[in-house]
Amino acid sequence: MSRDYILHRVRTSLGRSPSQPVPDPPPARIRIPEVSLDARVASLLAQVEALAGTALETSDPRSYIASAIVGKTVIASNSPYLAACGISSLPGVESGITDREQLRDACATADIGITSADYALADTGTLVMFSSPAEARMVSLLPPEHIAVVPRDRILTGLDELFSILPDPAAQSSSMVLITGPSRTADIEQILVRGVHGPGRITVIVAA
Amino acid sequence: MSSEFHQKAHETLANANLQLAIFTATGRLKDKRVEAVGPDQLPDYQELRTQANAVKQHAIDNLDHYLELFERNVAARGGRVVYCKDGTEVSDFILALAHERGAHLVVKSKSMTTEEVDLNERLEHHGLESVETDLGEYILQLAHQRPYHIVAPALHMTRYDVAEVFTRRLHVPNETVIEKQTALARSILREKFLAADIGISGANFLVADSGAVVIVENEGNARLTTSAPRVHIAVAGIEKVIPRAQDLATFLKLLARSATGQLLSVYTSFLSGPRRPGEIDGPDEFYVLLLDNGRTRLLPDKNKRQSLFCIRCGACLNTCPVYRRIGGHTFPWVYSGPIGAILTPQFMGVQQEPDLPFASSLCGACGEVCPVKIDIPKILLELRSDVKKAETRDKQNRLEKLSFRAFAWLMTHPRLYEMAGKLLRSVGVPSIQAGPLRAWTSQRDLPPLPDRSFREMWRRR
Amino acid sequence: MGQRVSLFVTCIVDQLFPKVGLAMADVLERLGFEIDFPESQTCCGQPAFNTGYRAEARTVARHFLDTFESSPFVVIPSGSCTAMIAHHFADLFHKEPETLARVHSLEKRVFEFSTFLTQVAGVEDVGARFDDIVTFHDGCHALRELGVKDAPRRLLARVRGLELRELSPAEECCGFGGTFAVKFSELSGAMVRTKVEAILRTGARTVVSLDSSCLMQIQGALSRAGSNVRTIHLAEVLASR
Repeated sequence: MSRDYILHRVRTSLGRSPSQPVPDPPPARIRIPEVSLDARVASLLAQVEALAGTALETSDPRSYIASAIVGKTVIASNSPYLAACGISSLPGVESGITDREQLRDACATADIGITSADYALADTGTLVMFSSPAEARMVSLLPPEHIAVVPRDRILTGLDELFSILPDPAAQSSSMVLITGPSRTADIEQILVRGVHGPGRITVIVAA
Repeated sequence: MSSEFHQKAHETLANANLQLAIFTATGRLKDKRVEAVGPDQLPDYQELRTQANAVKQHAIDNLDHYLELFERNVAARGGRVVYCKDGTEVSDFILALAHERGAHLVVKSKSMTTEEVDLNERLEHHGLESVETDLGEYILQLAHQRPYHIVAPALHMTRYDVAEVFTRRLHVPNETVIEKQTALARSILREKFLAADIGISGANFLVADSGAVVIVENEGNARLTTSAPRVHIAVAGIEKVIPRAQDLATFLKLLARSATGQLLSVYTSFLSGPRRPGEIDGPDEFYVLLLDNGRTRLLPDKNKRQSLFCIRCGACLNTCPVYRRIGGHTFPWVYSGPIGAILTPQFMGVQQEPDLPFASSLCGACGEVCPVKIDIPKILLELRSDVKKAETRDKQNRLEKLSFRAFAWLMTHPRLYEMAGKLLRSVGVPSIQAGPLRAWTSQRDLPPLPDRSFREMWRRR
Repeated sequence: MGQRVSLFVTCIVDQLFPKVGLAMADVLERLGFEIDFPESQTCCGQPAFNTGYRAEARTVARHFLDTFESSPFVVIPSGSCTAMIAHHFADLFHKEPETLARVHSLEKRVFEFSTFLTQVAGVEDVGARFDDIVTFHDGCHALRELGVKDAPRRLLARVRGLELRELSPAEECCGFGGTFAVKFSELSGAMVRTKVEAILRTGARTVVSLDSSCLMQIQGALSRAGSNVRTIHLAEVLASR
């Protein structure tokens, strides 16, 4: 069997025997800087804008979104947070879909996908999203525009803090995605084009 | 073999447009990297490199342990690991699975490992439609060409080349506006994503303690490839294993900055197993194919083993004065640039490509920019020694061997060395050096010979 | 000071650029060092090592070890030769513990010239005068293997009448690379022509460097391009009055 063959070759090459104990790995390098929440919010907004995204902080995400979606087809995830904000129930917003095919069709035809986010990373302008019954993968992926609403207190300093509070992301979900700006490519003549496969426009709303 | 390398290098050097394209594109990436890892942007850059190197060293030194740990954790999350000796086993598995599932259409995200084993050709040969979805790779697939660069596969093509390929292969009117070309590819590929039965991806990292596959990209095609179809197959070299999810805090900080100067790539996916109960979308089946294909050949030598640390950022290509002039297609295999120069002879055998380790001025820029601190120049030097040992064994290149024996002898007999120098200066350059001399003067003038050597002048001082 | 230092001039300086060795000796003597030139010296073995002939390189390296066994300091007008001795001799003899011990002792005693001046002699002003606009080429071995970047610049900053203009792009290989220059001559030529373009852009009239091999490559290309820009070793600049 190839498994045994390959593992045997690996062991022989390394001079290791089966089940030989392994020395401790070098400790993982986790350095979490001290950054105030206000500074984190400011950094997140600035980073998202630097990536040609739109970013804002508001105590009323519902109103902002209401005007942003006028005349558009919108799909929202099943996030209880979005529901609590009154966003999923906005006129023109489709939400509450649990069937895979139905959701896919809705996302494929929608102009805008609205999601919450589990965390955001301040230093890179990143959204952290876990797949769950409340948040399907396609909502932030298929529509050409993505709007994410993040509670203020979910903004972390960066990757180190993320992996410090979540050393085992696999325990949570089959999929954790870090989203940093709109989809892009420079494959042709190194010229930047946004919105290749994923959304070309992204808005991050920090809910105060 | 070797002369093919010289011939291709010559053609690329003689092509002014191509020279400009490669030099400018790599120059841009090089400059962006320098800025992104500068002391004001990433003050702990050197520490991160040291950490990344140490973690990779540990993982590779204990590779069997981490492969088994990874395998157990993939299974614990409902996925399955399949070990594959070579490309045949990879395609055999995929074809068998496709047959069982009645699958016809495969979408693929960018994976150098699958290029290594010509996966698309194998699948297509057996009647599967396998579509590359990364824009650059899609264009290359249509054009029947190999990638030019690890990160920017279509570096060598202009928008006019792309227009020509699209018109010829997709039967669309000629379109040279890049945004429109991209939009066209997007709409065609979207249909493929949504209709595909199987999605095949690579993996930047295999996380042992999580049983997870990490995929880094900018377009979103990998997310679609791994989320839309019912089956996800990740194909990855065995060397991609890292011990812990927490190690990503180190590697992710280095990868995008080293590759393109971005802080992070647009999408980083951390995928463990098929979708969980309650998750609305995601694959129903999750496989990770662990490929050897010769990697185990690089393990025995402790020095050369570090060649397997590579995280495929492309920084060495962008900084190499040789790659920046001869480009990716001059290299005989899918991996080009400095990393290609050390991997290819180790996978293929040094006698297959004896020129490759010598196609370098040993400037050391590659080792300086490698985020995982592979000492590429050191390995190049060892490979050179391996080439010469093999040639000596096979009685090839005997004149060169003889010249260097003469060199060593001369350099250990100072008075004879001095006499030889005097001869050189009085007689002019001996004709046995005609070859190297002609090569020198083809590009630059010779230095004038001094009347006396240093030691002669020293004695008169 | 009266401290004894031995010159290892390198085979290329000995045979092709003797004035570099003389200049280095002048500078060191003026600083009060007592110079000797062990006559049995020849080469560091780098040509053989870089071409993959390690046994032959070992032969030459052993001769080097013998020649400089009793030298408290060995000063070398070359980054690449210094790197060969200080970094690669150990690679050559990793299977010979006794020789390796001698190598490790030697490693502590060999210095590239500008490093010796700034770090061992502790000087930056050697009393030189050189009225010219110059640019400095960082040879790859000195730069990346030995970490030499500041030392030559600090020395040049104290040379009276000298204006230094930096190359852009900086830290690019000149394309010599030993046998690379002839085995891959077209590529080597392309690399040095880029270097020449950068040099001409500075408006400098002289190119200074630490390695005669780089200077030979660059000078050859400058002449071929019909340029009057000349090349000179740092030692010769520092010896100028």
